[in-house]
Amino acid sequence: MSNTVAKKRPEYRNIHVTQILKYRLPLAGKLSILHRVSGAVLFLALPVILLPLFDKSITSELTFLEMQSLVSSPLVKIVLLGLIWSYLHHFAAGIRYLALDVHMGTEKYAASKSAGIVFAVSLSLTALFGLKLFGVF
Amino acid sequence: MGNNIGSKRLVVGAHYGLKEWVAQRITAVIMSLYTIGLFLAVLFTPDIDYVKWVGFFNFTVFSFPLGKMLALLAILSLCYHAYIGIRDIWMDYIKPTGIRLTLQVFTALWLLGAAGYAADILWRV
Repeated sequence: MSNTVAKKRPEYRNIHVTQILKYRLPLAGKLSILHRVSGAVLFLALPVILLPLFDKSITSELTFLEMQSLVSSPLVKIVLLGLIWSYLHHFAAGIRYLALDVHMGTEKYAASKSAGIVFAVSLSLTALFGLKLFGVF
Repeated sequence: MGNNIGSKRLVVGAHYGLKEWVAQRITAVIMSLYTIGLFLAVLFTPDIDYVKWVGFFNFTVFSFPLGKMLALLAILSLCYHAYIGIRDIWMDYIKPTGIRLTLQVFTALWLLGAAGYAADILWRV
């Protein structure tokens, strides 16, 4: 073999943080890392955003109104929309994982297709909830 | 099981972590069912005000606080599910044992606090 030393091809083994942006993940890979990110976001938001809002919504008629006026601010709405996306992505991707766990759709084509369906469902539902949240309908 | 105690105990192998894996899936199913149920209840209740909203959580069946118990079941499932998931994140990315242990303890306290807070909210109404 004459050309064995010709050119050193890039090798990717464990991905390093610095390679994240140029590493081309398949759609199912993007779904997977976003499943992790959305889970972590919900974990952090639970006792500092979600439960305090739930607390206000349920404690009394007065705090319910306080919660409503809090949520009417655009900044809070944007934060909530982020959490809504996190929940919907985590939910839809989680259903896909449950199907994979019982060996449904594990072939290459089916797995990539179901990843696409997860993004389609979670993003369109996020859009729908977003339009409702911002009072479009 | 082979060696189960001491510094040379077996810490890897088949079935190691299976309990957590199964628990994470069971809790996921419980939360999905609760979410879908609550969402449908909200969707099909016209003109939701405070009284109707509280009713989703403090309704009783033969004086059993079913609404609170279902919500508590969902929140406890959430906390166990999140504990396993966040622990997976630390195990994947944090290698030094001391830092990993500290983060795991912090995670447990964070979630125990959340569960206690949620129970307190529910039983106040």
